[in-house]
Amino acid sequence: MDTPFTSDATQAGDRPVLRLVDAVAVLGQFPALAGASLRVERGEIVLLRGPNGAGKTTLLRLCAGLVPLSRGSGEVLGLDLATDREEIRRHVGLLGHQNGLYLDLSVAENVEFWGSTVGASTGELQAAMNRLGVADRLADVPVRKLSAGQKRRTALACLVARRAQLWLLDEPHAGLDASARDELDATLREAARQGATIVVASHELERAGSLATRSVDVVAGQVGR
Amino acid sequence: MSRRAGPSIWRVARLVAAKDLRIEWHSRVFTNQVLPFAGVTMVIFAFALDADVVLERVAPGLVWLATMFSLLVLVQRAFAIETDDGALDAMRVAGIDPRAIYLGKALGLGAQLLVLELVLLFAAVVLYGQTVPLESTALLAATLISATCGLSAVGTLYGGLAAGFRGRETLLPLLTLPAVAPVLIGATRAVEAALGTAGAVVSDGWPWVGLLVVFAVAFGVGGSLAFGPLIDE
Repeated sequence: MDTPFTSDATQAGDRPVLRLVDAVAVLGQFPALAGASLRVERGEIVLLRGPNGAGKTTLLRLCAGLVPLSRGSGEVLGLDLATDREEIRRHVGLLGHQNGLYLDLSVAENVEFWGSTVGASTGELQAAMNRLGVADRLADVPVRKLSAGQKRRTALACLVARRAQLWLLDEPHAGLDASARDELDATLREAARQGATIVVASHELERAGSLATRSVDVVAGQVGR
Repeated sequence: MSRRAGPSIWRVARLVAAKDLRIEWHSRVFTNQVLPFAGVTMVIFAFALDADVVLERVAPGLVWLATMFSLLVLVQRAFAIETDDGALDAMRVAGIDPRAIYLGKALGLGAQLLVLELVLLFAAVVLYGQTVPLESTALLAATLISATCGLSAVGTLYGGLAAGFRGRETLLPLLTLPAVAPVLIGATRAVEAALGTAGAVVSDGWPWVGLLVVFAVAFGVGGSLAFGPLIDE
C-alpha cells in the first residue's frame, strides 16, 4: 500500500528518487555546479554540507527543476531533468528561508489551498495536517500567530498536501529555537520512515548530521562523499 | 513515472481568486482601508471643486480617478500577501501554471474593484448630485464590467512585475497609471453618456465600451502570456 509520501513509480524496483551524473548548472556565466554526481534512494535523508557559495542551494534548485541542466544528465522521480522540469516541479517540494504561507489564512486554509492545487481530497488534507502535528489545536489559528517552528511544520504539511515526494530543504533549522529544531528533526525522521525522501542543505553540520542518514560534501560545485 | 494531470488552469485560477478573497475577508483591509480611502478621495474632490456645475460636469471623471488611486492600493495589497512569506515564489516552484496565477489574481482583484466602483458611483449620486436614468443601466453595467476587466488585467500584470523589485511602492504607480489612461478616458466618456452629462446621450457611450472591451482582451491575453516570464525574472 502507498504511504503518504510515495508514488507507484518510486516504489517500483530499485530506481533512485534522484540521480545526477556529472551535472553542470551555469548561472549567468558562472558554473555554480561543475560536474555533480549524486544518487538518493527512497526514504533517505541526505545532508549536503559545504561552505557558503559551494553550490548547495544551486544543487537543490537544479533538483527542483528551477535551474536548467547545462551538461551531464539527471533524473528526479524518473523524470528527465533536461526535458521534464515543469513536471518535476509538481512532484518536488523546495523549502527555502521562507515558508510560502499566507499569513492571514489559518493553518487549515493554507493546507487546503496548496492541496487543492493538485486536487487533493479532504481526507488527504486532514491526513497531512495530522502527520505534521498541525491539526486540532492549531488548525484554525492564523499562520501570523504561529511560532517559527509551527510555521515550518505547516509549510511541510502543505508539501505533503500537494503530494511532494522529494523534499528539498535549504537551511531548515534557520530561525528556529532549540525545541523547535528538535521538533522539526523528529518530524522529518518520521516522514522519512514513512517513505519521504529528503535532501537537506545546512551549515549546522552537527544538528543536520545527526538527522541525516547520509552526508555528502559539496565543494566548489562538485559533490563528493 | 506516470505524469499527473493536475487541475485545469481555470480551476486553479478560481482557487487563487477564492484564496485572495478569503484573505481579504479575514484581514478586512478592503472594507477598513480601501473603501474609506476611496470615500475620502471623493469628499476631497467635492471640497476642491466646490461649485455644483463643475462637480456635475466632472463627476464621471472623478469616479474613475478615485478608482485608479484605489486600484494602486488594491494591487499593492494583492501582491503584498504573496510576497510576505514567499508564496508567489512557492507557487512557481510548485509548478503552478503562471497563467492560472495571473487569471486568479485578476479575478480576485476584479471582484473587489467592481464593489469599489459601485460604492463610488453611489457616492457620486450622494455627494455630487448625480442621477442614474433607468434607460442607461445596460450601458453603465457594460462600462463597469469592461473597465474592471481592463483595470484588473493591467494591475495584475504590473503588480506581479513590481513585486520582485525594491521600491515597488513607487514603481507600481509609474508603470500602471500611464497604462490605464485609455480606461480612464473610455470609462469616463461612457459614464458621461450613461448619466447624460453635458448633453451626452446613451448611444454615445457604446463605442467607448467597445474600446474598453478591446483593451481588456488585449491586456488579459498579453498579461496571461507575459506574467510567467515576468515573475520568474
